[in-house]
Amino acid sequence: MSEIRGIYTLWLREVKKFLREKPRLINAFCQPLIWLFIFGTGMRFSAGIPGINYQEFIFPGLITQAMLFTAMFMGISVIWDREFGFMKEILVSPISRPSIFLGKMIGVSTDVMIQGIIIFPFALLIGIPLNFFMVIKALPIMLLVTFGLVCIGLIFASLMKSFEGFGLIQTFINLPMFFLSGALFPLSQVPEWLQVVSYANPLTYGVDALRTVMMGESWVQLFPMELDLAVLIGFDILMFAIGTAAFSRIE
Amino acid sequence: MNQIIIETDNLTKKFGSNIAVDNISLSIKRGEVFGLLGPNGAGKTTLLSMLCTILKPTSGTARINGYDIIRDNSRVRKSIGIVFQDPSVDTDMTARENLQMHADLYGVPVSEQKERIKDVLNLVGLSDKAEDFLNTYSGGMRRRLEIARGLLHYPRVLFLDEPTIGLDPRSREHIWDYIRMLRKREDMTVILTTHYMEEADRLCDRIAIIDRGKIIILDKPDVLKGGIGKDTVILITDEPDKLQTILTGENISGDIRISGREVKVEVSHANLLLPKIMESAIKAGIRIESVTISNPDMNDVFIHYTGKNLSDDETRERTGRVAMMKRRRAR
Ligand SMILES: Nc1ncnc2c1ncn2[C@@H]1O[C@H](COP(=O)(O)OP(=O)(O)O)[C@@H](O)[C@H]1O
Ligand SMILES: [Mg+2]
Repeated sequence: MSEIRGIYTLWLREVKKFLREKPRLINAFCQPLIWLFIFGTGMRFSAGIPGINYQEFIFPGLITQAMLFTAMFMGISVIWDREFGFMKEILVSPISRPSIFLGKMIGVSTDVMIQGIIIFPFALLIGIPLNFFMVIKALPIMLLVTFGLVCIGLIFASLMKSFEGFGLIQTFINLPMFFLSGALFPLSQVPEWLQVVSYANPLTYGVDALRTVMMGESWVQLFPMELDLAVLIGFDILMFAIGTAAFSRIE
Repeated sequence: MNQIIIETDNLTKKFGSNIAVDNISLSIKRGEVFGLLGPNGAGKTTLLSMLCTILKPTSGTARINGYDIIRDNSRVRKSIGIVFQDPSVDTDMTARENLQMHADLYGVPVSEQKERIKDVLNLVGLSDKAEDFLNTYSGGMRRRLEIARGLLHYPRVLFLDEPTIGLDPRSREHIWDYIRMLRKREDMTVILTTHYMEEADRLCDRIAIIDRGKIIILDKPDVLKGGIGKDTVILITDEPDKLQTILTGENISGDIRISGREVKVEVSHANLLLPKIMESAIKAGIRIESVTISNPDMNDVFIHYTGKNLSDDETRERTGRVAMMKRRRAR
């Protein structure tokens, strides 16, 4: 019972801190806007995909991208906690290490979901035909994507001793996962090696599933929905197990 | 009330070839204010980290409140509160939020949380600053909040690692007051580490002097200071030479030296020998203008047992004090 209270307080802390930081929230609003309006418009007229509205096409990809970057960035907060000493306060308390991980995980996941949901209104703004049921169907998929990504962020943070490694995560995790997820271009027309690598990326399945529920007829699925969901769930379980183990080792 | 609350058993921590804590075995009684005094790098923080279960011993173990720190660490954690040497608050949250989180993490019953938070804020005089974010707090205020936080879950043992390090004299006095206040709570034991001798001397029931991971000596401050047998009685008179001759004849142990109008007599227990000294002087018709007794302080004790002065900053402070005393005397 007291474990649940502890998990709750760790969750609340993450969410409060996320909502209090104004520059981050402004950024959360504006970045997708720039991608959608400038990048989306530019690509639509220069490298359009026949039969598809490009902005409609990248919209699920941008949601995924925003969630990916937020998950990594917020996961790193563990390093801040260590740097500023608050981690010791948590570690010396009676709450167990798996509970600490769980509290952090659902806290950061809430932040990431907020970040993802913020983007939906822009869809209407640029004329993407989105209805209420599409959003309802998209949310569970987003949640599955979020959990695994947040775990990755927390795992890296628990292994890193300082912020110096954050640039590496940016270059070797964030960007490849984003570009190799089919978020910006359809994977049906790329060379085979790129396709193979992309299929090894769990985000590909998240983007595919989101397009399936949000684009309707105009999207040709890469994989059946069941496979998308199965891969995402497997990814979550694996990352959660590794994360719990990584946190149990923290001294 | 003579129960043992902490017992360490050959507790050892090695970092590579560096032995930070070296086979320490000690017992601490319930209700004591116990001091670990030693220079930087002596192993105080490492010892505390093991006791509060965030660092695994290389060998040996300890029991706190009856629970083993290795096998039963969750129950040990519930029994203790700690104020770390380095800050450990979340400065992006308010004082109340920090306390609230602590109460939740330690499973303080929700129905009692509000009342207890109010109480501890009161204790450290931060009630009117409860809703302020900690990044607006001074170092001293943060320290006070950390002490309040450490008390929130009614720990049996409170660890304070260098509670006044880096604080200005006024904040230091404040913290000392709280520690004295805690001492009155019979159910709580306080373990504090410090490299300030004065702090150890004024606050602790017993002091362990620790150097290079080993406990050099452990006793009550008075016993420690008395044990090195070096009080100095300073007498000011117009006839210093005559007084010296007489006192030498009286066979009072120790050195007798003259400097100007001062006669300095080194004795083991000034309070016992002073009447005898005065009696001899009066009998010989020597007028004594003033008498000063200077007792050894913890620094003398430290030098006596370790053969070295404490850390540089402490030495500097001490030199400052001596210089001030000299200036006063010169007037
Ligand atoms: N995490 C660590 N890794 C390696 N050496 C350490 C570590 N922590 C402390 N030490 C070493 O252990 C010794 C004791 O340090 P510490 O316990 O911090 O002393 P104190 O608190 O008395 O100043 C020092 O020599 C220090 O360098
Ligand atoms: Mg220390």
